[in-house]
Amino acid sequence: MSSNTAVFLAELTVLILAIFLGIEVISKVPTLLHTPLMSGTNAIHGIVIVGAILITGLNDNLLGQIVGFFAMVLASANVVGGFAVTDRMLEMFKGK
Amino acid sequence: MSANLTTLAYLPTIIAFILALKFLSSPKHARLGNQLGAVGMALAIVVTLAQKHIYGLGYAIIAVGGVIGGAIGWIGARKVKMTDMPQMVALFNGVGGGAVALVALIEFHEKAGLPGRMLANESVAIIISALIGSISFAGSMIAFGKLQGLVSDRPIVWRGQRVGNIIILLVGITAGAIILGGHDLQLIWLLLIEIAAALAFGVLFVLPIGGADMPVVISLLNACTGISASAAGFELRQDVLIVSGMLVGSSGSLLTLMMCRAMNRSLGNVIFGAFGQIQAGGAEAASAEDKSVRATTAEDVATMLAYAHKVIIVPGYGLAVAQAQHDVRQLADLLTARGVNVEYAIHPVAGRMPGHMNVLLAEANVPYTQLKEMDEINSEFPQTDVSLVIGANDVVNPAARSDQSSPIYGMPILDVDKSKAVVVLKRSMNPGFAGIENHLFYEPETSMLFGDAKDSIIKLIAAVKAA
Repeated sequence: MSSNTAVFLAELTVLILAIFLGIEVISKVPTLLHTPLMSGTNAIHGIVIVGAILITGLNDNLLGQIVGFFAMVLASANVVGGFAVTDRMLEMFKGK
Repeated sequence: MSANLTTLAYLPTIIAFILALKFLSSPKHARLGNQLGAVGMALAIVVTLAQKHIYGLGYAIIAVGGVIGGAIGWIGARKVKMTDMPQMVALFNGVGGGAVALVALIEFHEKAGLPGRMLANESVAIIISALIGSISFAGSMIAFGKLQGLVSDRPIVWRGQRVGNIIILLVGITAGAIILGGHDLQLIWLLLIEIAAALAFGVLFVLPIGGADMPVVISLLNACTGISASAAGFELRQDVLIVSGMLVGSSGSLLTLMMCRAMNRSLGNVIFGAFGQIQAGGAEAASAEDKSVRATTAEDVATMLAYAHKVIIVPGYGLAVAQAQHDVRQLADLLTARGVNVEYAIHPVAGRMPGHMNVLLAEANVPYTQLKEMDEINSEFPQTDVSLVIGANDVVNPAARSDQSSPIYGMPILDVDKSKAVVVLKRSMNPGFAGIENHLFYEPETSMLFGDAKDSIIKLIAAVKAA
Protein backbone atom coordinates (compact mmCIF):
# COMPACT_ATOMS: atom_id res chain seq x y z
CA MET A 1 0.00 0.00 0.00
CA SER A 2 1.47 3.32 -1.06
CA SER A 3 1.82 6.03 1.52
CA ASN A 4 -0.76 8.16 -0.30
CA THR A 5 -3.32 5.39 -0.02
CA ALA A 6 -2.61 4.93 3.68
CA VAL A 7 -2.92 8.65 4.37
CA PHE A 8 -6.07 8.90 2.25
CA LEU A 9 -7.72 6.05 4.16
CA ALA A 10 -6.87 7.75 7.45
CA GLU A 11 -8.40 10.96 6.08
CA LEU A 12 -11.57 9.10 5.08
CA THR A 13 -11.82 7.57 8.55
CA VAL A 14 -11.54 10.99 10.14
CA LEU A 15 -14.16 12.34 7.70
CA ILE A 16 -16.69 9.65 8.61
CA LEU A 17 -16.15 10.23 12.32
CA ALA A 18 -16.61 13.98 11.84
CA ILE A 19 -19.93 13.39 10.04
CA PHE A 20 -21.36 11.46 12.97
CA LEU A 21 -19.85 13.79 15.55
CA GLY A 22 -21.38 16.85 13.87
CA ILE A 23 -24.84 15.28 13.96
CA GLU A 24 -24.41 14.03 17.51
CA VAL A 25 -23.29 17.30 19.15
CA ILE A 26 -26.16 19.43 17.83
CA SER A 27 -28.97 16.87 17.98
CA LYS A 28 -30.56 18.47 21.05
CA VAL A 29 -30.41 22.15 20.11
CA PRO A 30 -33.56 24.14 21.03
CA THR A 31 -35.27 26.25 18.31
CA LEU A 32 -34.25 29.28 20.33
CA LEU A 33 -30.63 28.73 19.33
CA HIS A 34 -31.07 27.74 15.68
CA THR A 35 -30.01 31.15 14.36
CA PRO A 36 -26.90 31.50 16.53
CA LEU A 37 -25.97 27.89 15.81
CA MET A 38 -26.20 28.44 12.06
CA SER A 39 -24.17 31.60 12.42
CA GLY A 40 -21.61 29.90 14.67
CA THR A 41 -21.07 26.96 12.32
CA ASN A 42 -20.81 29.54 9.54
CA ALA A 43 -17.83 31.04 11.37
CA ILE A 44 -16.24 27.63 11.88
CA HIS A 45 -16.11 26.83 8.16
CA GLY A 46 -13.96 29.94 7.97
CA ILE A 47 -11.21 27.40 8.79
CA VAL A 48 -10.63 27.57 5.04
CA ILE A 49 -8.45 30.53 6.03
CA VAL A 50 -5.80 27.89 6.79
CA GLY A 51 -6.01 26.84 3.14
CA ALA A 52 -5.90 30.46 2.00
CA ILE A 53 -2.75 31.14 4.06
CA LEU A 54 -1.05 28.01 2.72
CA ILE A 55 -1.72 28.61 -0.96
CA THR A 56 -0.80 32.29 -0.67
CA GLY A 57 2.31 31.72 1.40
CA LEU A 58 3.68 28.74 -0.48
CA ASN A 59 3.10 29.69 -4.13
CA ASP A 60 5.65 32.32 -5.12
CA ASN A 61 4.14 33.35 -8.47
CA LEU A 62 1.82 36.07 -9.78
CA LEU A 63 -1.32 33.94 -9.89
CA GLY A 64 -0.71 32.64 -6.38
CA GLN A 65 -0.24 36.20 -5.18
CA ILE A 66 -3.30 37.73 -6.84
CA VAL A 67 -5.78 34.90 -6.32
CA GLY A 68 -4.28 34.18 -2.90
CA PHE A 69 -4.86 37.79 -1.88
CA PHE A 70 -8.56 37.55 -2.75
CA ALA A 71 -8.84 34.17 -1.03
CA MET A 72 -7.37 35.79 2.10
CA VAL A 73 -9.83 38.69 1.97
CA LEU A 74 -12.83 36.36 1.58
CA ALA A 75 -11.71 33.83 4.18
CA SER A 76 -10.86 36.42 6.83
CA ALA A 77 -14.19 38.21 6.25
CA ASN A 78 -15.86 34.83 6.86
CA VAL A 79 -13.91 34.23 10.08
CA VAL A 80 -14.11 37.68 11.68
CA GLY A 81 -17.63 38.50 10.49
CA GLY A 82 -18.90 35.04 11.37
CA PHE A 83 -17.71 35.05 14.98
CA ALA A 84 -18.55 38.73 15.53
CA VAL A 85 -22.12 38.43 14.25
CA THR A 86 -22.71 35.29 16.33
CA ASP A 87 -21.36 37.03 19.42
CA ARG A 88 -23.72 39.95 18.84
CA MET A 89 -26.68 37.60 18.66
CA LEU A 90 -25.66 35.77 21.81
CA GLU A 91 -24.86 38.95 23.71
CA MET A 92 -28.60 39.44 23.99
CA PHE A 93 -29.07 36.20 25.91
CA LYS A 94 -26.68 37.18 28.68
CA GLY A 95 -27.71 37.28 32.31
CA LYS A 96 -30.58 34.84 31.89
CA MET B 1 7.35 23.89 12.33
CA SER B 2 7.59 20.35 10.99
CA ALA B 3 4.57 18.73 9.36
CA ASN B 4 3.93 16.38 12.29
CA LEU B 5 4.24 19.13 14.85
CA THR B 6 1.80 21.26 12.83
CA THR B 7 -0.74 18.45 12.76
CA LEU B 8 -0.36 18.07 16.51
CA ALA B 9 -0.72 21.80 17.06
CA TYR B 10 -4.03 21.76 15.15
CA LEU B 11 -5.58 19.29 17.60
CA PRO B 12 -6.59 21.91 20.20
CA THR B 13 -8.39 23.76 17.38
CA ILE B 14 -10.42 20.67 16.55
CA ILE B 15 -11.28 20.15 20.23
CA ALA B 16 -12.27 23.82 20.54
CA PHE B 17 -14.61 23.57 17.54
CA ILE B 18 -16.32 20.43 18.83
CA LEU B 19 -16.86 22.03 22.24
CA ALA B 20 -18.03 25.23 20.52
CA LEU B 21 -20.78 23.30 18.71
CA LYS B 22 -21.76 21.55 21.91
CA PHE B 23 -21.93 24.78 23.92
CA LEU B 24 -23.83 26.55 21.13
CA SER B 25 -26.59 24.01 21.66
CA SER B 26 -27.48 25.27 25.16
CA PRO B 27 -28.59 28.83 26.04
CA LYS B 28 -26.41 28.97 29.12
CA HIS B 29 -23.06 28.38 27.45
CA ALA B 30 -23.76 29.47 23.88
CA ARG B 31 -21.71 32.66 24.03
CA LEU B 32 -18.79 30.86 25.63
CA GLY B 33 -19.05 28.26 22.87
CA ASN B 34 -18.72 30.89 20.18
CA GLN B 35 -15.76 32.48 21.96
CA LEU B 36 -14.11 29.08 22.27
CA GLY B 37 -14.56 28.62 18.52
CA ALA B 38 -12.90 31.99 17.91
CA VAL B 39 -9.93 31.03 20.12
CA GLY B 40 -9.59 27.73 18.24
CA MET B 41 -9.61 29.61 14.95
CA ALA B 42 -6.96 32.09 16.15
CA LEU B 43 -4.78 29.18 17.21
CA ALA B 44 -5.13 27.51 13.81
CA ILE B 45 -4.12 30.76 12.08
CA VAL B 46 -1.02 31.19 14.27
CA VAL B 47 0.03 27.57 13.75
CA THR B 48 -0.42 27.90 9.98
CA LEU B 49 1.60 31.13 9.85
CA ALA B 50 4.43 29.35 11.66
CA GLN B 51 5.03 27.04 8.67
CA LYS B 52 8.68 27.38 7.73
CA HIS B 53 8.20 27.41 3.94
CA ILE B 54 6.15 30.61 3.72
CA TYR B 55 8.18 33.28 1.90
CA GLY B 56 8.54 36.97 2.74
CA LEU B 57 6.22 38.60 0.20
CA GLY B 58 3.74 35.80 0.91
CA TYR B 59 3.50 36.96 4.54
CA ALA B 60 2.88 40.52 3.37
CA ILE B 61 0.04 39.47 1.05
CA ILE B 62 -1.48 37.28 3.76
CA ALA B 63 -1.33 40.18 6.23
CA VAL B 64 -2.81 42.79 3.89
CA GLY B 65 -5.57 40.44 2.65
CA GLY B 66 -6.31 39.32 6.20
CA VAL B 67 -6.55 42.85 7.57
CA ILE B 68 -8.81 44.03 4.72
CA GLY B 69 -11.11 41.00 4.96
CA GLY B 70 -11.10 41.12 8.75
CA ALA B 71 -12.04 44.80 8.74
CA ILE B 72 -14.89 44.17 6.29
CA GLY B 73 -16.17 41.32 8.46
CA TRP B 74 -15.85 43.28 11.70
CA ILE B 75 -17.52 46.44 10.43
CA GLY B 76 -20.27 44.45 8.70
CA ALA B 77 -20.97 42.43 11.84
CA ARG B 78 -20.95 45.45 14.19
CA LYS B 79 -22.92 47.87 12.04
CA VAL B 80 -25.69 45.53 10.93
CA LYS B 81 -29.18 46.03 12.39
CA MET B 82 -30.87 43.12 14.15
CA THR B 83 -33.33 42.79 11.29
CA ASP B 84 -30.50 42.40 8.78
CA MET B 85 -28.68 39.59 10.60
CA PRO B 86 -29.96 36.84 8.26
CA GLN B 87 -28.44 38.40 5.17
CA MET B 88 -25.15 38.94 7.00
CA VAL B 89 -25.01 35.22 7.73
CA ALA B 90 -25.71 34.58 4.04
CA LEU B 91 -22.95 37.01 3.03
CA PHE B 92 -20.29 35.61 5.38
CA ASN B 93 -21.24 32.12 4.28
CA GLY B 94 -20.87 33.06 0.62
CA VAL B 95 -17.41 34.56 1.00
CA GLY B 96 -16.28 31.37 2.73
CA GLY B 97 -17.45 29.34 -0.27
CA GLY B 98 -15.68 31.79 -2.58
CA ALA B 99 -12.42 31.36 -0.65
CA VAL B 100 -12.71 27.57 -0.99
CA ALA B 101 -13.14 27.87 -4.77
CA LEU B 102 -10.11 30.19 -5.08
CA VAL B 103 -7.95 27.84 -3.00
CA ALA B 104 -8.95 24.99 -5.33
CA LEU B 105 -8.12 27.11 -8.37
CA ILE B 106 -4.56 27.84 -7.24
CA GLU B 107 -3.94 24.32 -6.03
CA PHE B 108 -5.03 23.04 -9.45
CA HIS B 109 -2.88 25.59 -11.29
CA GLU B 110 0.19 24.57 -9.29
CA LYS B 111 -0.15 20.85 -9.77
CA ALA B 112 -2.00 20.35 -13.06
CA GLY B 113 -0.56 18.97 -16.28
CA LEU B 114 2.50 17.20 -14.92
CA PRO B 115 2.46 13.40 -14.62
CA GLY B 116 2.37 12.20 -11.03
CA ARG B 117 2.04 15.69 -9.52
CA MET B 118 -1.64 15.51 -8.68
CA LEU B 119 -2.90 12.30 -7.11
CA ALA B 120 -6.32 10.97 -8.07
CA ASN B 121 -7.84 11.64 -4.64
CA GLU B 122 -6.46 15.19 -4.70
CA SER B 123 -7.95 15.94 -8.12
CA VAL B 124 -11.33 14.63 -7.01
CA ALA B 125 -11.09 16.87 -3.93
CA ILE B 126 -10.18 19.92 -6.03
CA ILE B 127 -13.10 19.33 -8.41
CA ILE B 128 -15.60 18.83 -5.57
CA SER B 129 -14.43 21.84 -3.54
CA ALA B 130 -14.40 24.12 -6.62
CA LEU B 131 -17.91 22.98 -7.57
CA ILE B 132 -19.58 23.20 -4.17
CA GLY B 133 -17.65 26.29 -3.07
CA SER B 134 -18.72 28.17 -6.21
CA ILE B 135 -22.38 27.11 -5.87
CA SER B 136 -22.33 28.24 -2.26
CA PHE B 137 -20.75 31.58 -3.14
CA ALA B 138 -23.18 32.46 -5.94
CA GLY B 139 -26.24 31.06 -4.13
CA SER B 140 -25.44 32.95 -0.93
CA MET B 141 -24.98 36.21 -2.83
CA ILE B 142 -28.46 35.82 -4.37
CA ALA B 143 -29.91 34.93 -0.95
CA PHE B 144 -28.21 38.05 0.42
CA GLY B 145 -29.58 40.12 -2.47
CA LYS B 146 -33.11 38.81 -1.93
CA LEU B 147 -33.13 39.55 1.79
CA GLN B 148 -31.47 42.94 1.30
CA GLY B 149 -34.03 43.86 -1.35
CA LEU B 150 -31.45 44.06 -4.18
CA VAL B 151 -33.06 41.10 -5.96
CA SER B 152 -36.82 40.52 -6.04
CA ASP B 153 -37.76 38.40 -3.04
CA ARG B 154 -40.63 36.84 -4.97
CA PRO B 155 -39.92 33.53 -6.67
CA ILE B 156 -38.57 34.18 -10.17
CA VAL B 157 -39.75 31.42 -12.51
CA TRP B 158 -39.46 30.71 -16.21
CA ARG B 159 -40.16 27.90 -18.64
CA GLY B 160 -37.87 24.88 -18.57
CA GLN B 161 -36.20 26.18 -15.43
CA ARG B 162 -35.67 22.87 -13.71
CA VAL B 163 -34.32 21.10 -16.79
CA GLY B 164 -32.10 24.09 -17.57
CA ASN B 165 -30.64 24.11 -14.07
CA ILE B 166 -29.90 20.39 -14.19
CA ILE B 167 -28.19 20.77 -17.59
CA ILE B 168 -25.99 23.59 -16.30
CA LEU B 169 -25.04 21.55 -13.25
CA LEU B 170 -24.27 18.55 -15.48
CA VAL B 171 -22.02 20.73 -17.68
CA GLY B 172 -20.06 21.69 -14.58
CA ILE B 173 -19.79 18.12 -13.32
CA THR B 174 -18.81 16.83 -16.77
CA ALA B 175 -16.04 19.42 -17.12
CA GLY B 176 -14.75 18.32 -13.74
CA ALA B 177 -15.03 14.62 -14.61
CA ILE B 178 -12.98 15.09 -17.81
CA ILE B 179 -10.13 16.48 -15.69
CA LEU B 180 -9.98 13.13 -13.89
CA GLY B 181 -9.16 11.42 -17.23
CA GLY B 182 -5.39 11.89 -16.81
CA HIS B 183 -2.65 14.48 -16.42
CA ASP B 184 -2.88 15.60 -20.06
CA LEU B 185 -6.54 16.47 -19.43
CA GLN B 186 -5.75 18.58 -16.40
CA LEU B 187 -6.52 21.80 -18.26
CA ILE B 188 -7.17 25.02 -16.40
CA TRP B 189 -9.97 26.06 -18.78
CA LEU B 190 -11.89 22.90 -17.94
CA LEU B 191 -11.77 23.89 -14.27
CA LEU B 192 -12.82 27.43 -15.20
CA ILE B 193 -15.81 26.02 -17.14
CA GLU B 194 -16.69 23.95 -14.09
CA ILE B 195 -16.51 26.99 -11.82
CA ALA B 196 -18.52 29.17 -14.26
CA ALA B 197 -21.25 26.52 -14.53
CA ALA B 198 -21.32 26.12 -10.75
CA LEU B 199 -21.65 29.89 -10.27
CA ALA B 200 -24.50 30.02 -12.80
CA PHE B 201 -26.20 27.09 -11.10
CA GLY B 202 -25.85 28.77 -7.70
CA VAL B 203 -27.60 31.89 -9.01
CA LEU B 204 -30.30 30.00 -10.90
CA PHE B 205 -31.26 27.58 -8.16
CA VAL B 206 -31.83 30.31 -5.56
CA LEU B 207 -33.71 32.73 -7.87
CA PRO B 208 -36.93 30.65 -8.06
CA ILE B 209 -37.08 30.21 -4.29
CA GLY B 210 -39.36 32.60 -2.41
CA GLY B 211 -38.52 34.50 0.73
CA ALA B 212 -40.38 32.07 3.00
CA ASP B 213 -37.82 29.40 2.14
CA MET B 214 -34.74 31.58 2.54
CA PRO B 215 -33.87 30.26 6.04
CA VAL B 216 -33.67 26.74 4.66
CA VAL B 217 -31.58 27.89 1.69
CA ILE B 218 -29.06 29.75 3.88
CA SER B 219 -28.77 26.76 6.18
CA LEU B 220 -28.29 24.43 3.21
CA LEU B 221 -25.62 26.66 1.66
CA ASN B 222 -23.91 26.88 5.05
CA ALA B 223 -23.68 23.09 5.13
CA CYS B 224 -22.41 23.16 1.51
CA THR B 225 -19.59 25.55 2.37
CA GLY B 226 -18.64 23.24 5.24
CA ILE B 227 -18.50 20.25 2.89
CA SER B 228 -16.45 22.21 0.34
CA ALA B 229 -13.99 23.28 3.07
CA SER B 230 -13.71 19.63 4.05
CA ALA B 231 -12.91 18.73 0.43
CA ALA B 232 -10.27 21.47 0.46
CA GLY B 233 -8.73 19.58 3.39
CA PHE B 234 -8.38 16.53 1.14
CA GLU B 235 -6.63 18.56 -1.57
CA LEU B 236 -4.25 20.30 0.87
CA ARG B 237 -3.80 17.20 3.05
CA GLN B 238 -4.89 19.04 6.18
CA ASP B 239 -6.93 17.08 8.70
CA VAL B 240 -7.97 20.23 10.52
CA LEU B 241 -9.87 21.35 7.42
CA ILE B 242 -11.36 17.92 6.80
CA VAL B 243 -12.72 17.64 10.35
CA SER B 244 -13.84 21.25 10.88
CA GLY B 245 -15.44 21.51 7.45
CA MET B 246 -17.31 18.25 7.86
CA LEU B 247 -18.51 19.12 11.39
CA VAL B 248 -20.22 22.10 9.77
CA GLY B 249 -21.34 20.01 6.80
CA SER B 250 -23.07 17.36 8.89
CA SER B 251 -24.49 19.58 11.65
CA GLY B 252 -25.61 22.10 9.03
CA SER B 253 -27.35 19.37 7.04
CA LEU B 254 -29.18 18.20 10.15
CA LEU B 255 -30.23 21.77 10.93
CA THR B 256 -31.50 22.15 7.36
CA LEU B 257 -33.60 18.99 7.68
CA MET B 258 -34.97 20.17 11.04
CA MET B 259 -36.11 23.36 9.34
CA CYS B 260 -37.73 21.49 6.44
CA ARG B 261 -39.52 19.28 8.94
CA ALA B 262 -40.90 22.37 10.67
CA MET B 263 -42.47 23.38 7.34
CA ASN B 264 -43.58 19.82 6.54
CA ARG B 265 -41.77 19.88 3.20
CA SER B 266 -39.00 17.80 1.70
CA LEU B 267 -35.62 19.30 0.90
CA GLY B 268 -35.99 18.36 -2.78
CA ASN B 269 -39.26 20.25 -2.87
CA VAL B 270 -37.52 23.37 -1.57
CA ILE B 271 -34.47 23.18 -3.84
CA PHE B 272 -36.18 22.57 -7.14
CA GLY B 273 -38.50 25.52 -6.85
CA ALA B 274 -41.80 23.63 -6.70
CA PHE B 275 -42.98 26.25 -4.24
CA GLY B 276 -42.61 29.00 -6.81
CA GLN B 277 -44.32 27.06 -9.56
CA ILE B 278 -47.44 26.07 -7.66
CA GLN B 279 -47.73 29.56 -6.36
CA ALA B 280 -47.51 31.27 -9.76
CA GLY B 281 -50.80 29.59 -10.72
CA GLY B 282 -52.65 29.62 -7.40
CA ALA B 283 -52.17 33.11 -6.08
CA GLU B 284 -54.19 35.10 -8.63
CA ALA B 285 -57.21 32.82 -8.37
CA ALA B 286 -57.45 33.39 -4.64
CA SER B 287 -57.01 37.15 -4.74
CA ALA B 288 -59.66 37.52 -7.44
CA GLU B 289 -62.39 36.71 -4.94
CA ASP B 290 -64.12 39.74 -3.53
CA LYS B 291 -63.88 39.73 0.24
CA SER B 292 -63.87 42.39 2.90
CA VAL B 293 -61.83 42.85 6.02
CA ARG B 294 -62.78 44.60 9.23
CA ALA B 295 -60.50 47.50 10.13
CA THR B 296 -60.35 48.58 13.75
CA THR B 297 -58.82 51.32 15.89
CA ALA B 298 -56.12 51.27 18.56
CA GLU B 299 -58.68 52.30 21.20
CA ASP B 300 -60.96 49.34 20.43
CA VAL B 301 -58.06 46.91 20.52
CA ALA B 302 -56.73 48.40 23.75
CA THR B 303 -60.11 47.84 25.43
CA MET B 304 -60.19 44.22 24.24
CA LEU B 305 -56.67 43.64 25.55
CA ALA B 306 -57.09 45.44 28.87
CA TYR B 307 -60.16 43.41 29.83
CA ALA B 308 -58.98 40.05 28.54
CA HIS B 309 -57.90 37.15 30.74
CA LYS B 310 -55.47 35.66 28.29
CA VAL B 311 -53.60 37.29 25.41
CA ILE B 312 -51.17 35.55 23.05
CA ILE B 313 -48.77 37.69 21.04
CA VAL B 314 -47.74 36.18 17.69
CA PRO B 315 -44.65 37.98 16.36
CA GLY B 316 -43.46 37.81 12.75
CA TYR B 317 -41.07 39.48 10.36
CA GLY B 318 -43.10 42.72 10.47
CA LEU B 319 -42.11 43.10 14.12
CA ALA B 320 -38.44 42.85 13.15
CA VAL B 321 -38.82 45.35 10.32
CA ALA B 322 -40.58 47.88 12.55
CA GLN B 323 -38.00 47.33 15.33
CA ALA B 324 -40.95 47.23 17.72
CA GLN B 325 -39.69 44.53 20.10
CA HIS B 326 -39.09 46.93 23.01
CA ASP B 327 -42.55 48.48 22.61
CA VAL B 328 -44.17 45.04 22.47
CA ARG B 329 -42.49 44.16 25.72
CA GLN B 330 -43.72 47.38 27.28
CA LEU B 331 -47.26 46.61 26.16
CA ALA B 332 -47.00 43.08 27.55
CA ASP B 333 -45.68 44.38 30.89
CA LEU B 334 -48.53 46.84 31.08
CA LEU B 335 -51.09 44.10 30.46
CA THR B 336 -49.41 41.74 32.92
CA ALA B 337 -49.57 44.47 35.57
CA ARG B 338 -53.34 44.58 34.98
CA GLY B 339 -53.57 40.86 35.63
CA VAL B 340 -53.75 39.72 32.02
CA ASN B 341 -51.96 36.44 31.23
CA VAL B 342 -49.62 37.29 28.32
CA GLU B 343 -47.60 34.77 26.32
CA TYR B 344 -45.70 34.78 23.04
CA ALA B 345 -46.29 32.08 20.41
CA ILE B 346 -43.10 31.40 18.46
CA HIS B 347 -43.41 29.61 15.13
CA PRO B 348 -40.19 27.79 14.20
CA VAL B 349 -39.90 29.58 10.86
CA ALA B 350 -41.36 32.97 11.80
CA GLY B 351 -39.14 35.76 10.52
CA ARG B 352 -36.31 35.12 8.14
CA MET B 353 -34.30 32.63 10.18
CA PRO B 354 -35.18 29.86 12.61
CA GLY B 355 -35.10 31.38 16.06
CA HIS B 356 -35.25 34.90 14.59
CA MET B 357 -38.13 35.89 16.89
CA ASN B 358 -36.40 34.49 19.97
CA VAL B 359 -33.30 36.57 19.26
CA LEU B 360 -35.38 39.67 18.66
CA LEU B 361 -37.46 39.30 21.81
CA ALA B 362 -34.40 38.41 23.86
CA GLU B 363 -32.97 41.77 22.81
CA ALA B 364 -35.97 43.40 24.50
CA ASN B 365 -35.38 41.26 27.63
CA VAL B 366 -38.61 39.28 27.27
CA PRO B 367 -38.32 36.39 29.77
CA TYR B 368 -37.77 32.94 28.21
CA THR B 369 -40.67 31.57 30.21
CA GLN B 370 -43.15 33.69 28.22
CA LEU B 371 -41.89 32.36 24.87
CA LYS B 372 -43.87 29.29 23.88
CA GLU B 373 -43.08 27.02 20.96
CA MET B 374 -45.77 26.01 18.49
CA ASP B 375 -46.52 22.49 19.82
CA GLU B 376 -46.69 23.81 23.34
CA ILE B 377 -49.10 26.68 22.71
CA ASN B 378 -51.43 25.48 19.96
CA SER B 379 -53.78 23.80 22.44
CA GLU B 380 -54.12 27.10 24.33
CA PHE B 381 -55.64 29.21 21.53
CA PRO B 382 -59.28 28.09 22.12
CA GLN B 383 -59.02 29.50 25.69
CA THR B 384 -57.43 32.72 24.49
CA ASP B 385 -59.42 35.94 24.45
CA VAL B 386 -57.22 37.89 22.05
CA SER B 387 -54.44 36.77 19.72
CA LEU B 388 -52.35 39.75 18.71
CA VAL B 389 -50.65 38.97 15.41
CA ILE B 390 -47.79 41.42 14.84
CA GLY B 391 -46.40 41.29 11.33
CA ALA B 392 -46.78 37.52 10.98
CA ASN B 393 -48.59 36.11 7.96
CA ASP B 394 -47.87 32.71 6.43
CA VAL B 395 -47.30 31.05 9.83
CA VAL B 396 -50.89 31.86 10.87
CA ASN B 397 -52.59 31.14 7.53
CA PRO B 398 -55.33 28.54 8.08
CA ALA B 399 -55.07 27.57 4.39
CA ALA B 400 -52.11 25.43 5.48
CA ARG B 401 -54.63 23.20 7.30
CA SER B 402 -57.58 23.23 4.94
CA ASP B 403 -56.74 24.32 1.38
CA GLN B 404 -55.05 21.53 -0.56
CA SER B 405 -54.28 23.83 -3.48
CA SER B 406 -52.33 26.22 -1.28
CA PRO B 407 -48.55 26.10 -1.67
CA ILE B 408 -48.19 25.99 2.10
CA TYR B 409 -50.74 23.19 2.55
CA GLY B 410 -49.48 20.81 5.23
CA MET B 411 -47.16 23.29 6.94
CA PRO B 412 -47.82 23.29 10.69
CA ILE B 413 -49.19 26.68 11.72
CA LEU B 414 -50.15 28.55 14.86
CA ASP B 415 -53.91 28.04 15.30
CA VAL B 416 -54.69 31.68 16.09
CA ASP B 417 -58.01 31.42 14.22
CA LYS B 418 -59.28 29.23 17.08
CA SER B 419 -58.98 32.02 19.62
CA LYS B 420 -62.02 34.12 20.53
CA ALA B 421 -60.71 37.23 18.78
CA VAL B 422 -57.80 37.93 16.50
CA VAL B 423 -56.21 41.33 15.93
CA VAL B 424 -53.75 41.57 13.05
CA LEU B 425 -51.25 44.44 13.01
CA LYS B 426 -50.29 44.93 9.40
CA ARG B 427 -48.97 47.69 7.19
CA SER B 428 -51.41 47.06 4.33
CA MET B 429 -53.35 44.26 2.65
CA ASN B 430 -50.33 43.15 0.60
CA PRO B 431 -49.79 39.39 0.86
CA GLY B 432 -46.87 38.05 2.93
CA PHE B 433 -43.32 37.30 1.88
CA ALA B 434 -44.38 34.06 0.22
CA GLY B 435 -47.03 35.95 -1.77
CA ILE B 436 -49.98 33.86 -0.59
CA GLU B 437 -53.45 35.19 0.24
CA ASN B 438 -54.30 34.78 3.95
CA HIS B 439 -57.91 33.77 4.72
CA LEU B 440 -57.42 34.55 8.39
CA PHE B 441 -57.85 38.26 7.57
CA TYR B 442 -61.40 37.66 6.28
CA GLU B 443 -62.61 35.58 9.24
CA PRO B 444 -65.46 37.18 11.24
CA GLU B 445 -63.51 37.14 14.52
CA THR B 446 -60.54 38.90 12.92
CA SER B 447 -60.03 42.65 12.89
CA MET B 448 -57.17 44.49 11.25
CA LEU B 449 -55.17 47.34 12.77
CA PHE B 450 -53.40 48.91 9.80
CA GLY B 451 -50.18 50.88 10.07
CA ASP B 452 -46.54 50.52 11.02
CA ALA B 453 -46.26 47.96 13.84
CA LYS B 454 -44.22 50.30 16.04
CA ASP B 455 -46.66 53.21 15.67
CA SER B 456 -49.64 50.93 16.30
CA ILE B 457 -48.13 49.46 19.44
CA ILE B 458 -47.20 52.89 20.82
CA LYS B 459 -50.83 53.92 20.29
CA LEU B 460 -51.97 50.71 22.00
CA ILE B 461 -49.74 51.40 25.00
CA ALA B 462 -51.23 54.87 25.39
CA ALA B 463 -54.77 53.56 24.99
CA VAL B 464 -54.27 50.69 27.47
CA LYS B 465 -52.95 53.17 30.04
CA ALA B 466 -56.12 55.20 29.54
CA ALA B 467 -58.44 52.20 29.67
